[in-house]
Amino acid sequence: MGERCLAALRDAGAEQVDADILQPASVLLDLYGEDIRGRAYVTADPLRGEQMLRPDFTVPIVRRHMENGAEPARYTYLGAVFRQQEFDESRATETLQVGYELFDRDTPRADAEVFAAISGLLGDAPLRAATGDIGILRAAVLGLTTTERRKAALLRHLWRPRRFRQLLDRFGGRNPMPPARAALLDRADPMADLPPVMGLRSESEIAIRVAALKEDAAADPISGTELDLIDALLALSETCPNVLVALHDLAVDMPAIGAAVDGLSARLDALAARGVDVETLPFEGSYGRTSMEYYDGFVFGFYAESRPDLPPVATGGRYDALTAVLGGGTGVPAVGGVIRPEVLAELEAGA
Amino acid sequence: MTLKLGVPSKGRLMDKTFDWFAERGVTLRKAGRAREYAGAVDGIDGVELVLLSAGEIPRELAAGRIQLGVTGSDLVRERLANWDSRLRELAQLGFGGADLIIAVPQAWIDVDTLDDLDAVAAAFRAAHGHRLRIATKYHRLVRDFLRHHGVADYQLVDSQGATEGTIRNETAEAIADITSTGETLRANGLKILSDGLIHSSQATLFRGRRRGWTDAQRSTLKALEARLGL
Repeated sequence: MGERCLAALRDAGAEQVDADILQPASVLLDLYGEDIRGRAYVTADPLRGEQMLRPDFTVPIVRRHMENGAEPARYTYLGAVFRQQEFDESRATETLQVGYELFDRDTPRADAEVFAAISGLLGDAPLRAATGDIGILRAAVLGLTTTERRKAALLRHLWRPRRFRQLLDRFGGRNPMPPARAALLDRADPMADLPPVMGLRSESEIAIRVAALKEDAAADPISGTELDLIDALLALSETCPNVLVALHDLAVDMPAIGAAVDGLSARLDALAARGVDVETLPFEGSYGRTSMEYYDGFVFGFYAESRPDLPPVATGGRYDALTAVLGGGTGVPAVGGVIRPEVLAELEAGA
Repeated sequence: MTLKLGVPSKGRLMDKTFDWFAERGVTLRKAGRAREYAGAVDGIDGVELVLLSAGEIPRELAAGRIQLGVTGSDLVRERLANWDSRLRELAQLGFGGADLIIAVPQAWIDVDTLDDLDAVAAAFRAAHGHRLRIATKYHRLVRDFLRHHGVADYQLVDSQGATEGTIRNETAEAIADITSTGETLRANGLKILSDGLIHSSQATLFRGRRRGWTDAQRSTLKALEARLGL
């Protein structure tokens, strides 16, 4: 099954690449944060330091492309990835992935190409497709009438819905200021009588944040209208054409999402041109906000409806920002997807 | 087959565990000379006392090599992934209490909550080029807690002792450690985050949930639970 998918992607013009099973842990830890330790296998090498059994192919392939790749580039690969399963012993820790990664500046066409390539390999298994677009939420946050600092805080937590919600509630004045902060800001000079500073975080860093807290306390709350618009965006769950209509309505009050909505529209056209039935394709405003941290635009997944116990058969999305992080600041538009051939084979055997 | 009861092999935790059982009519004692780690049980049949390091009791319970065990609830949560599918709490014993908390320097007047810690972690990473370091020996508990609360841009650094000193020594910016009164923290210029309580630990009697218990072991447990008033 995996070999068949790989051959098909190679025939479609993708260059077959491989990645070392042992990856330097520091790159992945800096990218995903400490959470990845709970999901990936970390091991130690006496000379090279901490190493990680590759939890995905995307990161090593992006690093490789950023070093010496030309555009447009299409890559495919087949191999095992390793994930710890702390909560469900029945889930496999070593699973095969066959993937397709596309570096191309024509983003709607590239999104459609990857989606069509992946879905075209999934055969007749009865699957539920899910799609979303983190880029629209991102544009909505950037368009809020509030301080740059608040926008940056919200953008940092797009993928942590709970913290995102808390921040939004606080910036919107729905939650009162914590008492300790109110007491601090009530003082004429908060920095007077500072206890002895120790450690790497300096007195000036503390002073900078106190000033930022003062600025934040003086800023107007994000308006109820804008909070409602964000809520409406996150609650969208409809077919793509209906979502597009709803988004055009939202864009009247939230012009900042206009370009992102046009992007969705162009993507749907590109998908339709590739024969994808966009009329029935679902779209969820919150899809891709958990466990898909590096995706920042189009996101998609395919799920076996009859087997909720199984991981998704295929997932993918756009990760432009990741290429910038791994490319030392210069990024290229990139989108990719993976199929889990073992899951697909299990479905076909059970069908 | 006897029912094996694991109890910490030394110190106050052992003494208090012995007291707790004695108050309920079950006498646990070290057999032979004081330095030996063999145990004896009086007052109930079919129970065998196994003296072990408190830190090893979670693993032995999960593996089914002992059926009952007394240890800190923090150790069970730290050492066993998905602990509540593998062990069950029978009784909280009311001693050995300590809180696993997050603490930062008192000079961080701008930090009182996890929300502050998260914001400072982002700024710290931008200023220093590495993630804000939290020294701890409770990696799983701290990581799960911070993930649940959506804190990012931190890293855990291992500290098996003298954790309060790591900030002064510039090997960490914050700590996550066990404290009972907070006195040592204050003496080291640290303060506890107001919402930074990760787990309130105490000595707890656990039973393993493994299959493969014999009928004799089951009935011994019933008798023991009746005797202990559980």
